[in-house]
Amino acid sequence: MKKEVFINSVGSVSVQKTFDNSGFLDEVVNYEGTSVKAVDPNYKEYIPPAAARRMAKGIKMSAVSSQNAMIEAGLENVDAIIVGTGLGCLGDSEKFVRDLLDNDEQYLTPTRFIQSSHNTVAGSIALDMGCKGYNFTYVHANISFESSLWDAKLQLANEEAETILVGAVDEVVDHHIKTHQFIDHIKKEPVAMENVLRSGTKGIVFGEGSHFFVLSNQKQESTYSKLVDLGVYNTLPTTEVSETISDFLKRNDLSTKDLDGVILGNNGDVEHDSIYNDLGTSLFKEIPQFVYKHLSRRV
Amino acid sequence: MNQGVAITGMGMISAIGNNVAENFASLISGKTGVSKIKQIKTVHENEIMVGEVPLTNEDLEKLLGFPSDSHSRTPLLGIMAAKEALKQAGIQDISEYRTGLISGTTVGGMDKSEQYFYDFYENNAHWNHINGLHAGDSTQKIADAIGLSKSFVTTISTACSSAANAIMLGARMIKSGELDRIIVGGSDSLSKFTINGFKTLMILSDTYNTPFDENRKGLNLGEAAAFLVLESDAIVSKENKQVLAYVKGYGNANDAFHQTASSEHGDGAVLAMEKALKVAGISPKEVDYINAHGTATPNNDLSEGRALQRVFKDNVPEFSSTKPFTGHTLAVAAGVEAIYSVLSIQNNVIYPNLNFKTPMSEFNLVPETKLKNKEIHTILSNSFGFGGNCSTLIFTKEA
Repeated sequence: MKKEVFINSVGSVSVQKTFDNSGFLDEVVNYEGTSVKAVDPNYKEYIPPAAARRMAKGIKMSAVSSQNAMIEAGLENVDAIIVGTGLGCLGDSEKFVRDLLDNDEQYLTPTRFIQSSHNTVAGSIALDMGCKGYNFTYVHANISFESSLWDAKLQLANEEAETILVGAVDEVVDHHIKTHQFIDHIKKEPVAMENVLRSGTKGIVFGEGSHFFVLSNQKQESTYSKLVDLGVYNTLPTTEVSETISDFLKRNDLSTKDLDGVILGNNGDVEHDSIYNDLGTSLFKEIPQFVYKHLSRRV
Repeated sequence: MNQGVAITGMGMISAIGNNVAENFASLISGKTGVSKIKQIKTVHENEIMVGEVPLTNEDLEKLLGFPSDSHSRTPLLGIMAAKEALKQAGIQDISEYRTGLISGTTVGGMDKSEQYFYDFYENNAHWNHINGLHAGDSTQKIADAIGLSKSFVTTISTACSSAANAIMLGARMIKSGELDRIIVGGSDSLSKFTINGFKTLMILSDTYNTPFDENRKGLNLGEAAAFLVLESDAIVSKENKQVLAYVKGYGNANDAFHQTASSEHGDGAVLAMEKALKVAGISPKEVDYINAHGTATPNNDLSEGRALQRVFKDNVPEFSSTKPFTGHTLAVAAGVEAIYSVLSIQNNVIYPNLNFKTPMSEFNLVPETKLKNKEIHTILSNSFGFGGNCSTLIFTKEA
């Protein structure tokens, strides 16, 4: 008999003031641009200033969000740490490559290289916590977090672990933004937050952040919800999206009628959003639909 | 409960061979692939030795039928290895079962990202490589090349233990019934980024690497791709498949000691090995051979050696590191060594730890230095990485 899996806490650093769990989006931060940086918490409350000085942004954001998730779950250690990241601490990778090219491979220092290793966030959390358990890092673009979640769910359901810290992190970095504007992955023209979803242009507004959750097979007072199932597909023809979702619901003995709502990934890319618009007017027509990426810009 | 997961196919490309058979031939004839660097222009070319795949990107693109400069080296190597693995497993219709792909990499398309870092701003000639910066792009390209769609495809990056973790996740997913068949392993190419990064850490040897030797000077970087096909017992019995060996145990732990160095007594390594033995349901004395991580850095070999003594006490079985053959192939090391382990089980041989001369002063552990014939049922393979990541896999002849 497989155990049920619960989400017992949340910690979040994003382009909104989400780092304080006492409220949620009570006051929305506006932006206008093609990329948005995270709202910085007071890092000093979480990281000794001497250590913070050369620390990559991804590690700093993750120190805050992971600590907040641990506090809310009432834990000091976990059985496993699993992190997803598309690009790791990209700011350091970019600087290392730039220094390497500009100085003909001379005068380089190790810190930026070390922090460029994709697993540096998971390693650094383990180091701070003294967690010698299972430690994993997934690096598969926009399904890095979903991969982490699947792994965690598997371990908890099979009782290989009881508590797991699962999270995701990515940074906004100049070279990445500019080059991805060339290939229309990121918008070329700045857009104000309230107009992102109806921008009518190609590409997205890119954001950064770090989000951690404690998952457990034990329910407790802080529990937010149960994680029932997930499905991940590397490719899917747009014509098969609706049917795939219906099959996914069916395998859980559900239909759209049983849902109180659906959260969609509309991100303001005119070509991409048609998938969600189609679903919104067909499969999910009868139920409330929520979108969030104009607020968070996490992709 | 301790049933192993069947391995039904293997494919690889490394400095000592473009396929599994060539790799095995080099291993048993003691032929190293470590040499001066040829394909990357670097100011360090006279201070380092590497395990480089002899084929150029152009050679690989021709072999695979791709246009020139269409792929970075990581997916090219990966596609070569993945195709060979599928062929050995006799898989014609990849969509026949719920199939997944899990690849480990550290650099992804960094070779092209660094090459065109400034060119991207000048003209659009190489914009096809912009998206290659994220590691998952290399895995998706491998998935495309083998026709894997609508499936679970993901990428793991836990430094030098990446492929071990890919194999571990694949085995867990099959055991748990999440998927029926998974292609697991990794691909990593050499890049200036990696060469210079390791250079700043001062752990690169200027000569042939010498694992577990008192006078070891550091590691040789290498490049490779290696994939294994894991299949459920249901497929194996339904299709009457030949099983090459089994993934019997796996363990993952974190040293939680330092971002790049291993703890002096190998705490993480001990935990990983103990977990793997427990999952396999075997005792240390049942291990016939250890394929050590053995990078030939002063830190790794001391830490790993002490960890071996803590787990195996006075009865450390025959062990060797194959890094002198291939160099340290980073994310793929555990994939390369998983295939070497299966070959060892199939052929009942232990590979020599080349270049070894002087035992380390800290303990009396001496690796096998000559090719040795021995009946092999059970192999333990270690892989450790930055970020404290420690992984151990156990392979067996019987389920």
